[in-house]
Parts: sequence; structure tokens; C-alpha cells
Amino acid sequence: MILQEYIKLFNEFRSVIESNSSEALNALRESGLQALEGADGKALKEYETDFGLNFQRYTIQNDPYKLFTCDIPNIGAYLYYIVNDTFYANPQQQPLPAGVIICSLKEAAQNHSELVKPYLGRQMHINDNPNEALNAMLAQDGLFVYVPKNVQVEKPIQLVNLMYGNVDIMAVAHNLIVLEEGAKAQVLVCDHSSGKVKYLANRVTEVFVGKNAVYDHYKVENTTEGMTNVCSLLIDQQEGSEVVSNIITLNNCQTLNTIKAGLNAPHASLSLCGMCFLDKTQHVSNDTEILHHKPDTNSFESFKYILDDESKGNFYGMIKVLPDAQKSVAMQTNKNICISNDAQMRTMPQLEIYADDVKCNHGATVGQLDDTALFYMLSRGISKDEAKMLLMSAFVYDVLEKVRIPALKDRLKLLIERRLRKENTSCDSCMICGSKK
Amino acid sequence: MSKDKGHDNISDFTSGDYKYGFTTDVKTDIVKRGLDEGIIRLISEKKQEPEWLLDFRLKAFRHWKTLKMPKWAHLRIPDIDFQAISYYAAPLKKQVNSLDEVDPEILKTFNKLGIPLEEQKRLSGMAVDAVMDSTSVKTTYKEDLAKLGIIFCSISEAVKQYPDLVRKYLGSVVPYTDNFFAALNCAVFTDGSFAYIPKGVRCPVELSTYFRINASNTGQFERTLIVADDDAYVSYLEGCTAPMRDENQLHAAIVEIVANERAEVKYSTVQNWYPGDKDGKGGIYNFVTKRAMCAGENSKVYWTQVETGSALTWKYPSCVLKGDNSIGEFYSVAVTNNYQMADTGTKMIHIGRNTKSRIVSKGISAGHSENSYRGIVRMTSGAENGRNFSQCDSLLLGDKCGAHTFPTIDVHNNTAIVEHEASTSKINEDQLFYCNQRGISTEDAVGLIVNGFAKEVFNKLPMEFAVEAQKLLSISIDNAIG
Repeated sequence: MILQEYIKLFNEFRSVIESNSSEALNALRESGLQALEGADGKALKEYETDFGLNFQRYTIQNDPYKLFTCDIPNIGAYLYYIVNDTFYANPQQQPLPAGVIICSLKEAAQNHSELVKPYLGRQMHINDNPNEALNAMLAQDGLFVYVPKNVQVEKPIQLVNLMYGNVDIMAVAHNLIVLEEGAKAQVLVCDHSSGKVKYLANRVTEVFVGKNAVYDHYKVENTTEGMTNVCSLLIDQQEGSEVVSNIITLNNCQTLNTIKAGLNAPHASLSLCGMCFLDKTQHVSNDTEILHHKPDTNSFESFKYILDDESKGNFYGMIKVLPDAQKSVAMQTNKNICISNDAQMRTMPQLEIYADDVKCNHGATVGQLDDTALFYMLSRGISKDEAKMLLMSAFVYDVLEKVRIPALKDRLKLLIERRLRKENTSCDSCMICGSKK
Repeated sequence: MSKDKGHDNISDFTSGDYKYGFTTDVKTDIVKRGLDEGIIRLISEKKQEPEWLLDFRLKAFRHWKTLKMPKWAHLRIPDIDFQAISYYAAPLKKQVNSLDEVDPEILKTFNKLGIPLEEQKRLSGMAVDAVMDSTSVKTTYKEDLAKLGIIFCSISEAVKQYPDLVRKYLGSVVPYTDNFFAALNCAVFTDGSFAYIPKGVRCPVELSTYFRINASNTGQFERTLIVADDDAYVSYLEGCTAPMRDENQLHAAIVEIVANERAEVKYSTVQNWYPGDKDGKGGIYNFVTKRAMCAGENSKVYWTQVETGSALTWKYPSCVLKGDNSIGEFYSVAVTNNYQMADTGTKMIHIGRNTKSRIVSKGISAGHSENSYRGIVRMTSGAENGRNFSQCDSLLLGDKCGAHTFPTIDVHNNTAIVEHEASTSKINEDQLFYCNQRGISTEDAVGLIVNGFAKEVFNKLPMEFAVEAQKLLSISIDNAIG
């Protein structure tokens, strides 16, 4: 009956929520509410209700830019923070290229409603997905990125989602990213959390990639034990557009990533990768759906999991090639390594093909590290732990290679190595994580 | 040859009419339509069944009433009115001692189907338990098999003669709570085959049974139980053909296999129920639950199926690999044409140590059909060193059909290795061109390529069946091109 609790909460605070948000976001609430009222009683069962929600939009007193560091040396990114679900403008932001808008979604909806309204909520499947319905009902703010026609943003845009507080907190945010024809941008989303309390985040990111635009989306999760992270990434691709996405889970507690990409015009191409490093009782589920709507569209998908201790991994990969999408190419792989006997992996690579002139394949494996390779290294004097570490790094190497921001790739290489050695993956200069050491 | 011509050929190729469409005029004993406890009691009474079996049926029926039709399959299943079906139909003439007593019409039907009950069958080394509608008409070679201690008879006969065996194994692999159609079958099953191979016996012939829906509007609820005791071996063939009909007919069978220590069972199926006409009218609904229990150490079960018929197919021959070192294999060719829909695949549940499974599935879709592979491979935490390899390939012969793959891999330990690969493609233009260039017509070339595509599975069929399977593929596809 958690579902009913949320509906009750919304009805009680509806005016507070709406007055602290904007018209465009408020327009989605009713459909979200209706969808949840009609939803199966089991929906949202993984949620809990004893979380605090910041409907009044209170801000934290400290400057998050000084408090917390997500350190990626030499990245030189445009840096933005969302603490819980509140956007904090960077006081020392470097100037953006002409015409590019990056601000809070609430602000954008007020000042640039002509850029927000045509897009906001368009890709959400409110009636089919209770998580998205809840987001539509409760989200008050988020990040807005707009890149005008033929403008190339050379430096990455980094968004740090920080969960921070001393009571259990729930955050609901909606991000909107719009790239016009011929635009180019790279967005790096870093999910962090701090302290020992419980967090629940429900975030929807909608991305619209215009004709011949090039977009990179990286998400790196490095969160703490009490974190439940529910993320939806929805991508709409137009003719000739190119999208590279990489979803990396370094540390987490419970994560559900839903990625839906629509290749809605000819010659659109998508590369969707991901890797997960799981131990203890961590749980990651990646639900992906790639829809080939039009001819000559390409998709490449590769997810890799390394599971240790009692962790659980889930992969669901749906590729649909619709009747129009002749000459499409879709490739999907999911490879997994179970290190411990209690780790569980469940993988469902699915193909639905309705066009005949296509090349589609998928492969999935669950296995262990190669004994022969391990023996080879041991016989050459490499210690067992080191050899295992090398093999595991090699296992995820091809996914790491898909990262197109060199500074991020170097940083990830280091973090993955630390992660596999079970060392601390937090940044040294961070006031929150760094001070714990 | 132009490309367009090739496409025409493919559409011709897939429009072959159903060869086995005819009805035999035999007096049939049909109970009134509908399903309630009274009907079940009536079926049980007509078959002179013991009390425990009636209880089993009633329990299943009560459970069935609490269930709903499963909706998860990639099929468009029309609403089935289970009260509009007659649940019992048996030819009136029964208990024949010699072939002369068999209704000549029935014999003719079997002859048309290519299963003469005469001596020539014996020469070809087969024992045939022919099932027409729901009651066994004649069982041959029983005596010969009996000398070896092999029991091969209809299940209703087995209930009377070997009640302990039947009671021990019936429902042990597929319990009545298993699924909607299994529950229905448990409640109303009318007949089927029973085979028991005693310890250490290698069955010298291929056991075979032909099913055939004959009386109009009678759903057929077959129940097959095969038990291979320690060190036994048996190869079992099942083939289906059905006459042409306009009204959809329901078929919900259960096949249970038990393989004890070191036993080996091969189960091969050629399924060619009436698939409906070119516009998707009519055709059989085939909802089958098939499962094998590899109960003993080193036991082996092989499923091979060639699915060409039925308007709707819902079928997942599965293996529960309980015994250590047991092996389960599944080979399937599924052909769908016109408006046929097939959702078929397998489940491999690894429980014992060092268990191995292999899945090879070939789907061929043409016309407006939908062909899906659905499978699950589960390695439980005790399935140390479990090994699975799955391969699912789909071939598309037309731009209006669909080919889908829905595998699930569920691993709960760190020593198991599971691999799955799938591909979907259309007929390779290069291969066609290569054949054309060497003077092979497009029709023949497509036939060659499709046969080559399915060859890995055909090779696993027993000789007798391989011939029939290839013929069937010719009817389903070959005719379309040549």
C-alpha cells in the first residue's frame, strides 16, 4: 500500500509542490497521479515511505561546490550540482559557448518556456512505468541543457547528483537535455551520496538529439550503503544523430537503471554500454530497450557485470526492430563474471524483429575468470590477487574504451583498479568522503 | 534472376496448402459440451478409473478454476470458451484383437498418414500406439516388447494393469498446479501413451505414437508418461497430423519423462497440426507442457522437435537436471507461415553437480507469422560446474513476419558457465546468387538453404522421422518456392 501513501502525500501537499515548481512541470502531475491511481497495487513496492521530501525547496547552508568534490583531474568541465533534488548554480562557472543554456529546469521553464514545453515529458511512459509516473507527479526541478543549432560544446558538462543530509531523504528530479541539429555535447552525470542515512532518488533524464547531432552521456555511480537509485534515461534520436552512452556502477546499494532509446529517423546510431562492479549485498538492474523505428539505424550494446559476495545483478535488454526499419543492424552482448558462489546473475537479452532485411544478434554469458590465463600469470610470478585483478580489468576494458572523454577514461581506469582491489574510490580532496579516511 | 522475382518466389514458396486435410467418417462417442465436476466424473466412469485418479482429476479441476489464461507469451490468443468444448470423444468400436476388427475407415486414415498398422511396420522396426481422438485403437508389438519387460500401452490401460507404476509417476514431473493448461489436462485427460522401460533394458525399437484430432469440436488432452528405469534406454517418436477444420481446436497435452540412474531417453516430435488457411482462419491451438526429470545420476534426456503446424503453439519441452552429471539437450526447428504464431523454447533447470545442457533452436518465419524462442537456463546454487550452451538462430522469409528471441539466464553460483547466442537474418543474397550462378533455380536454392539452416536439428532425429521432417519442411516451405 506504499502506492496509496504516495498518492495521499501528493494530494495533501499538491499546492505546496506546485507553487514551488513551474507550470511546465505542473502540467505533468495530473497524468502521473492518474497513472498511479490506476496502477497495480504492487507498483513501487521497492520504495519506502519514511523519507523526507523537500517540497518547500529549502537550500543547504554550505556551498556544495566547496563541500564536495568529484575529482576528475584535467577534465575542465562545466560543473553543476544538484544536492538531493535542488539545483545549485556554480558561482565560479566558466563562460558557456554562445547560445548554450544550462540552468535549473524550473528556471528554464519560466524563462525559456518555448524550449522546454515542446520536449518536457514527451518521452515518458507514464502509464506503463510507475517510477516515471511518480516522477511526473512529484518532480519539481532538475537540470536543463540546451545546445543550439551547429554549436559544439567542446568541454564536457558535468552534473554531480549529491545526496546529502542527516535524515532519510528522497529526491525526485527531472533533467531535460536538448541538442538541436548539428549540435554536439558531452554530459557526465556523477551520482554520489554521503553519510550513513538512507536515500532514495528517482530521476528521469530526457534527451532529444537533433539531426546529425552528436551526444555522449556518461553516468558514474559511486554511492553509499543506504542508497536506492532509480534512474530513467530516455533518448530520442533524429536523422543521422550519434549517441554514445556508458553507464558505470562502481559502488552502490540498490540501483535500477532504465534506458530507453528510440532510433526515430534513418541513419541514427547508438552505442550503449555499461559495467557494474558488485559485492556485499549490492544489487544492480539495467533495463534497456532500443527501438529501431526507421531504416538504416544502428545500435551496439554491451554490458558487463562482475559480481562478488552476495550481490545480485539483473540485465534486461530488449531490442525491437519495427517493420519499417529495414537494413538495420543491432548487436547486443551481456557478459558476466560471478566471483563468489552466492552471487546471482539474471540476464534476459531479448530480440523482437519485425523486418526481414536486418542483421541482429545477441549474446550473453555467465562464467568465471579463465583458469588457463590465471595459471599462465601465476607461473610467471604474478600474485593470484594481482592476476585476478588484471583479468577483471581486461574483462571490462572494451567497455571502458568506449568512453570518449580522455580525462574521464584515465580516472575511471584508476577507480576501477581501486574498486577491484577493494580500496577507497572516493576523491582525496572531498570534504565529505575524503574526511572519512 | 531479378531480385523481385526472388521475392515472388519466396511468397509462393510459403503458401503451400495443407496436404493432410481430410476427415474420417467414424462413429464417435462424444459427451456433451462443457466442463464441470459431473463431466469429469463421467469421463472417469466411462474409462472405469480407480478412485485415486478421479480424486487427482477433481483436485486439478478445482485448482484450474482458480487460474487464469497465461498472457505472457508472444501470441495473440483469442478468448477460448472452455465450456464450448466437448471433453471426451472415443471411437465407438474398441477392444480389437486383430486388424480385421479395426474400422476400415480408420485404417485408411492411418494409411494416408503413412502409418500402416500392418506387418510392414514391424519390418521397419517400429511399435505403434495409434491414438485416434482420445482412445487407443490398437497397440502393436506389445507382446514382443513385453518379453523384455517393456510396458508400452495406452495410459488408460496402464491405469488398470499397472496402477502402482502410474500412481507413482503420474504428476511427479508436471504437477497439476504447474500451469493453466497442465491443470486442465490433469482434470480432463482422456488418453495417451505409457511406456516403462525396466532396469538395464535397451528398447530395441523406436516407440512411436501418432496423434490425430478427428471428431469435430473435441479438444484433445493427451497424457504421455515415459519412465526409464536405471540403465534403460528408449527412443520415443511422436508425430501429429490433423484434418482440415474451420473451427479452432484446442490441444493441451502433457508429456512427462522420468529418467533414473544412467537412463537415456530420446523424445522426438514432428508436429503438423492443421495451421489454419492462408488467411489465418481455423487451425489448432497447441498448448503443451512437456518436461523431463533427469532424476538419477548420469541420466540423459534429448528433446528434438520439428514444429510446422498449429495456428498457435505454446510449448516448452524442459529438463530438470536433478541427478549429478545428468545431461539435457533440446533441438528444435519451428516453421511458421501465413498467420501462424509460435512461442516455443525450453527450460533447463540445473540442480545436480556437473550437469550439462545444450539448446539449439532454429526458427523460420514466413508470411505474416510470428515465431518466438523463449527459454530459461537456471543454475541453482548446488549446480556446481554446470554448463550450458544455447544457440538460437532465426531466418526471415518475408518482410511481414516476425522473429523474436526471449532467453533468460539465471545463475546462482560461481562455477557454472552459461553461454547464449542468437542471430536473426534473412536468406543470404550471396548464397542465393552463388546457387543461381551454378544453375540452381531460386526455388531450389531457397529450399537448399533452409534445409541447410535446419540440418543440425534434423541430424538429431531418428532416421524414420528425419525423412518425414524433411517432407514436412517441403510442404511448409518447399511448396512455396517450388
